[in-house]
Amino acid sequence: MYIFTNRLKLIALSLVFLGALGWGYSYVNSKKSLEEIKVMLAEEDSHHGEAVIATEHSSDNHAESTDHASMDSHSAEHGTEDAHADEHAEHVMHQTHNRPYAALYVAAFFFMMISLGTLAFYAVQYAAQAGWSVVLHRVMEAITAYLLPGSLIVLAIALYAGDHLFIWMDPEVVAHDALIQGKTSWLNKTGFLIRGLIFIGGWSAYRYLSRRYSIAQDSADDAKNFKRNFRLSAGFLVFYLYTESMMSWDWIMSVDPHWFSTLFGWYVFASMFVSGITVIALLTLYLKTKGHLELVNDSHLHDLAKFMFGISIFWTYLWFSQFMLIWYSNIPEEVTYFVTRLADYKLPFLGMVALNFLFPMLLLMNSDYKRVPWFIVMTGIVILFGHYIDVFNMIMPATVGDRWGIGLPEISAVLLFLGLFLFIVQLALSKAPLLAKGNPFVKESEYYHY
Amino acid sequence: MKSSKVIHALYTDDDVLMGAVKKLRAAKHAIEEVYTPFPVHGLDKAMGLAPTRIAITSFLYGCVGLTVAILMMNFIMIQDWPQDIGGKPSFSYLENMPAFVPIMFEMTVFFAAHLMVITFYLRSRMWPFKNAENPDPRTTDDHFLVAVSVGDNEKELKKLLTETGAVEMHLVEQEASH
Repeated sequence: MYIFTNRLKLIALSLVFLGALGWGYSYVNSKKSLEEIKVMLAEEDSHHGEAVIATEHSSDNHAESTDHASMDSHSAEHGTEDAHADEHAEHVMHQTHNRPYAALYVAAFFFMMISLGTLAFYAVQYAAQAGWSVVLHRVMEAITAYLLPGSLIVLAIALYAGDHLFIWMDPEVVAHDALIQGKTSWLNKTGFLIRGLIFIGGWSAYRYLSRRYSIAQDSADDAKNFKRNFRLSAGFLVFYLYTESMMSWDWIMSVDPHWFSTLFGWYVFASMFVSGITVIALLTLYLKTKGHLELVNDSHLHDLAKFMFGISIFWTYLWFSQFMLIWYSNIPEEVTYFVTRLADYKLPFLGMVALNFLFPMLLLMNSDYKRVPWFIVMTGIVILFGHYIDVFNMIMPATVGDRWGIGLPEISAVLLFLGLFLFIVQLALSKAPLLAKGNPFVKESEYYHY
Repeated sequence: MKSSKVIHALYTDDDVLMGAVKKLRAAKHAIEEVYTPFPVHGLDKAMGLAPTRIAITSFLYGCVGLTVAILMMNFIMIQDWPQDIGGKPSFSYLENMPAFVPIMFEMTVFFAAHLMVITFYLRSRMWPFKNAENPDPRTTDDHFLVAVSVGDNEKELKKLLTETGAVEMHLVEQEASH
């Protein structure tokens, strides 16, 4: 049995506390008035000197990505330089207000995504009747314990932040935007809430039942609970693939309500799958150094690392497929998505490909390295950071435009959810034996040798 | 050329074969070769063969393929007959790179895969019109053959082979080829 010591509880809770404090400070600090923004912009201009023209130019750029409708209607009437400057200042003010919400949302989604990816991986193990991974089942079950609170928090932030994140939630914007008007049958607050609750309800119901059968199987004489889990997991995977896709439209893609990509659901899936598997590997290694999971051997680690390697390549494949088709066809309404990212987010956008593709590929290509714990830990941390940046790139351009940064709001939001994640995961770990000893494949997993 | 004596011992099961190989090696007998109808997992380790270096050659061939693809497309699409790709007439390889990535990937895989297979055949001393080196055709069906070189203790070796479950044994004089 794993014991969740008071020291670890304290660490997790102080992360939550620190994160909440830092985020709260940046939230209060972001409530700047228009006058303060104007002073700030004037200071920036005097710093940059000749860069004034460049700023004005880029304001046209994010007019496309964020408050299109209101900006478009305004830009028709602006004639003087002053009016333009006012408009720009107001725009920057909105972006400054949005930043803490966006930072909180990115971090909340990132940790929810780890948990959801792990749940999918866990369901695959049952549906495929995989033998090798049984000794890791309890680790996966612990990570998925975060899913219910984590996803409810994401949904709550989305609805509470409202038009700070999703401009289609602002009736004023919709009234001036024919494109969003055409989508209101899907993009409306009631539908958003109901769909969100259906997604979360379905995932959590599977997680709850599956965990219960898994525990019941420990003390069972027959394989009844295992068979139930097998059927349940197969059904869940069908439900998951539909809802995960729709979730990615709702919770991420709709921050850019004009833009759409048909493989977006897959793309987000690859991101959550590889993050989930990486966290399974990291948590397994942690528990092993603490003397738990004595049945986990080199070959289990090797397989997890192979998944980290393979799904990283898969993520790159989808990232590139989405990018290349849109880049090639160069249709204005589509390509604006990548124009914004290449203009204002060059470092995170291209850096993410290095972190998520080049790094895991070069480090984990060699078969022997996949069994070396510190290699897995190092690559794992890079992969997790890279996929945080991936979520960052999906949310930030539409909400804060070129006013982005990785500063206090972002870091404290990550700490806040990291603490919560660690607390819930360790609590779940301490609630059941770390070996699912009743699983019919437990012997196969114990002697698993690659 | 010096001739040497070899015993060909036949087995009918891969697990028995694995056990026999381990026992023979423990008793310090030199196993020349093992012929099996299908790849036996872990046999290379049991025989004490050095790990394969084919992965390294594969990586190098992949690098060659990537280079060939880049040079080829740079010549065809940029230098020899400059193309306007996707309405972006930049005529620069780097700016048009996304369009070339699929070909760069395919050529990498193509070179790595084909040259690796050819390397494997040559390294296994297999080439067109070469006669098979198989000592017993049954090893292509359901028998496993271990060739053990005989020193001055033929009787002892035969006894050991029988103990390990060999179903047949033949003493063969062969010319040392390697």
